[in-house]
Amino acid sequence: MTLAEKLLAARTGRKSVSPGEFLSVPVDLILANDLTAPLAIQEFRRLGVGRVFDPKKVVLVPDHFVPAKDIASAEGSRVMREFAKEQGAVYFEVGRAGIEHALLPDKGLVHPGQIIIGADSHTCTYGALGAFATGMGSTDVACAMATGDTWMKVPHTIRFLYHGRLPKWVGGKDLILFTIGQIGVDGALYASMEFDGHAIKEMSMDGRFTMANMAVEAGAKTGLFAVDEKTLEYLRARVKGPFQVHTSEGPYSRVMEYDVSALEPQVAFPHLPGNSRPLSQVGNVELDQAVIGSCTNGRMEDLRTAAHILKGRKAHPRVRLVVIPATQDIYLQASKEGLLEVFVLAGAAVSTPTCGPCLGGYMGVLAEGERAIATTNRNFRGRMGSPKSEVYLASPAVVAASAVLGRIAGPGELGL
Amino acid sequence: MKLKGKAHKFGANIDTDVIIPARYLTSVDPKELGRHLMEGLVDGFAKMVSPGDMLVGTTNFGSGSSREHAPLAIKGAGISCVIAVTFARIFFRNAINIGLPVLECTQAEEIEEGDHLEVDLASGEIRDLTRGKTYKAVPYPPFMLEIVQAGGLVEYTRRKLAAR
Repeated sequence: MTLAEKLLAARTGRKSVSPGEFLSVPVDLILANDLTAPLAIQEFRRLGVGRVFDPKKVVLVPDHFVPAKDIASAEGSRVMREFAKEQGAVYFEVGRAGIEHALLPDKGLVHPGQIIIGADSHTCTYGALGAFATGMGSTDVACAMATGDTWMKVPHTIRFLYHGRLPKWVGGKDLILFTIGQIGVDGALYASMEFDGHAIKEMSMDGRFTMANMAVEAGAKTGLFAVDEKTLEYLRARVKGPFQVHTSEGPYSRVMEYDVSALEPQVAFPHLPGNSRPLSQVGNVELDQAVIGSCTNGRMEDLRTAAHILKGRKAHPRVRLVVIPATQDIYLQASKEGLLEVFVLAGAAVSTPTCGPCLGGYMGVLAEGERAIATTNRNFRGRMGSPKSEVYLASPAVVAASAVLGRIAGPGELGL
Repeated sequence: MKLKGKAHKFGANIDTDVIIPARYLTSVDPKELGRHLMEGLVDGFAKMVSPGDMLVGTTNFGSGSSREHAPLAIKGAGISCVIAVTFARIFFRNAINIGLPVLECTQAEEIEEGDHLEVDLASGEIRDLTRGKTYKAVPYPPFMLEIVQAGGLVEYTRRKLAAR
């Protein structure tokens, strides 16, 4: 069996499961945020049950439009806050929270072998830790909060093997943008993506989170990594083991193999994450805004990379640079390491954790005709603001260098 | 149950940000959401919809965000069903869960803007009255059919809980 099949079989007490089979699966963690929880709570009330199945397994995180951007979002946050209190659910308040998909692993709520569903498409991020995690809608989450289980179709598995050592300034973001460019935005529709190979074994946990996070941008149900020494090292400080560790044996519906030893940094052009091109083929793309942050690339490694490039440099006069650490803990650590000072001196607006600009919520919405480069995950039409604006996706290294140069460029052009 | 309406044709990878932009997600009212349906793609789209009309897409319809506001906006605008070659998985689930019929049909690309359609949900038959053609939608798996027949996931789950 593949990783996805083994995880689903283990939690449903079966010897084996096969792709296409429908299962009722117990859930170990259920997640919703300030945008999706109000609808989930409304549907939960319609079910006529008083209590969630297990308050310790229901996690509610205000992160999209917080600190509240307007009265309507304040009302949504209040609905969620009051429900969390009433149910005794796990809740992280503004100022003690952050972007859910960076926050939950960091707080030790995620571990290998879990089945996790979240009313947020990027719930698949937790596959980096060997959890079967997938995004669903508010009604699915509402029903699972009541029953403690959900239905799933066992996905087929596409295995991705990355051979060779990644070049300087090329990381998880480039690998996943390259991969989506190769297979297309529906290339892994309904599938489990499994990532392995030498480049993956050498990759940091932060890089793996980035890759698992964007599995959904290829249409996948989940993106999985096998648990290795790096995973266990990450978990040691956060969660008590032991964990059930699986190895993937196949069969796979497809195996894709790439030699990535000469891979260039990748940039996804508007308006699809799959429109990726190597940096050398980007041409002259002038920018109005650069955003570093999000559930995809707002972690310590991302901020350290960006700060390394921005240190002693200034954002181009035309570019508004916005830097958003993904959680309060990351914010504090970045402060201790002097990274926030580097960003401010570079002329960046440094924000409290929020999903804000990624989905055109606030904290960096684009006007008509404006063009941004971002470390976020989606560049759909109008995603960051006006339907007549443009978003280019890239790694923290490319976004930081581009902010300095005022056009899409890599750190190489700065002599780094 | 038979649905009748005219087709509003869209291309591939119609994402949920285009269906309903995030700035409207502070509302959970289908009517209010419906007023902004597809506005980033077609200015004033909601006003062009007559009750019963259908959305027709090609591949990967509803990709992107998990926002259930997307099928809610479609329903709230008066759209009776969505027909596409393939759907993104979260959107497909969400639509079934809230009782918006979604039909997977390999020949959806042949349907043109403005065609008059008749859809028989029981048989999965899609008749293009303008072109005189009949297509067949992929039947729901039995498991999902139970949710559809219950009228959505909340009602289905209520029954499941009552039986426990």
